[in-house]
Amino acid sequence: MGVIGTVSPGFFGRRRAKAPDLPPGQYLTEDFPVLSAGPTPRISTEAWSFGITTETGEVRRWNWAEFNALAMERPTVDLHCVTKWSKLGTTWEGVPLETLLAGVETSAEYAVAESYGGYTTNLPLEDLLDGKAWIAVRYDGEPITPAHGGPARLLVPHLYFWKSAKWVRGIRLLNDDEPGFWESVGYHNYGDPWREQRYWGD
Amino acid sequence: MARATVLGRLTWRVATVAAVRDETQNARTIVLDLPDWPGHLAGQHVDVRLTAPDGYSTERSYSIASAPEGNRLELTVDLLPDGEVSPYLARVLSAGDPLEIRGPIGGWFVWRPERPEPVQLIAGGSGVVPLMAMIRTREAGGARAPFRLLYSTRGPEAAFYRDELRRSSENGSGLSVTYAYTREVPQDWERPPGRVDAGLLAQAAWAPEREPISFVCGPTGFVENVADLLVSAGHDPARIRTERFGPSGGQP
Repeated sequence: MGVIGTVSPGFFGRRRAKAPDLPPGQYLTEDFPVLSAGPTPRISTEAWSFGITTETGEVRRWNWAEFNALAMERPTVDLHCVTKWSKLGTTWEGVPLETLLAGVETSAEYAVAESYGGYTTNLPLEDLLDGKAWIAVRYDGEPITPAHGGPARLLVPHLYFWKSAKWVRGIRLLNDDEPGFWESVGYHNYGDPWREQRYWGD
Repeated sequence: MARATVLGRLTWRVATVAAVRDETQNARTIVLDLPDWPGHLAGQHVDVRLTAPDGYSTERSYSIASAPEGNRLELTVDLLPDGEVSPYLARVLSAGDPLEIRGPIGGWFVWRPERPEPVQLIAGGSGVVPLMAMIRTREAGGARAPFRLLYSTRGPEAAFYRDELRRSSENGSGLSVTYAYTREVPQDWERPPGRVDAGLLAQAAWAPEREPISFVCGPTGFVENVADLLVSAGHDPARIRTERFGPSGGQP
């Protein structure tokens, strides 16, 4: 970052009269691409549950009905995928993580989101608080499809979208950071799009 | 989950275009000279950055098509008519031009030559590119793992690397290639045009009992369909690795 690139002879790019403010290296898409490392898990809402496990091993768990009885928010947020696409103004419905963590006794500083299908991603606990993260169950007024992470996905829009774990089934709280799936194979541990933290060492 | 090779800081490097060659009417391979290229794993990709005279720049990711080989790197770019970057790479860029590259990237959708189990490659359209890197890496290293490629394209004209794949599947090295055509089929072709289905998969792919590792790459709808079929056929989801690209095609 910060280096002026080598000019590409004959490249002029798209007309950029009113380009929105995008993080470095991102381009705009109207579409909603799907990126996943394996087959899409299909989890029935009957079989679904969501749990928070503290560093001492205490668990709070909700089934689908209990979870959907919680107060929901409707955040409209921009998404930034590390594969370069950004999608602006997406609307979700979900339960803010504060609600789920209220009354959970913890002194942990780190969290790992765990998904059906085995996916994991790590983030500092503070990035899940203060209205920055939700467990979303609806996108654009509809239930989230399996390909996009339904029945429920983590939504942490201020970080690259791989941190917004699809098919989420729980959050584990930890005293020590523990790299998740992409974080173990070359992707940045934190993943702030505005600082272009795509890969290790960025 | 397998851990990748440890990557250092990935810096932008300026590659020089050594040559370009057409793969199809719409796809072109770009051969790059990259001083001090650290090497890569089959299946990895690079980030490409284009910069306009006024300083505007944009980045995209492209799969590496070639096996690791010194300072040479090949990308195959499929032209997307309304794309911002692919028309430049597939039509404008010429031998001698500079191209900024950062990589290699990715440690999951990769095949390492020391792996002994059978490999099932399933490509939709330009999804064949990282799978070709695996085929070439296997051939370059004399690896023994038996490979099968199931390659779905609109028609014969749209297939990349056709001659090379024919040679590689006829040299007795243990690669077999099956084509599936979705729109146009050659005369006397045994199947009507159509999507990859359970029947074709049963015929062309390793049986689940062989415990292959499967790499599926292509447009989202294609990958979703094929990955679901593999799971339904009894393949362990943990042994199916996918790379989806392009538009989602419909309501999320």
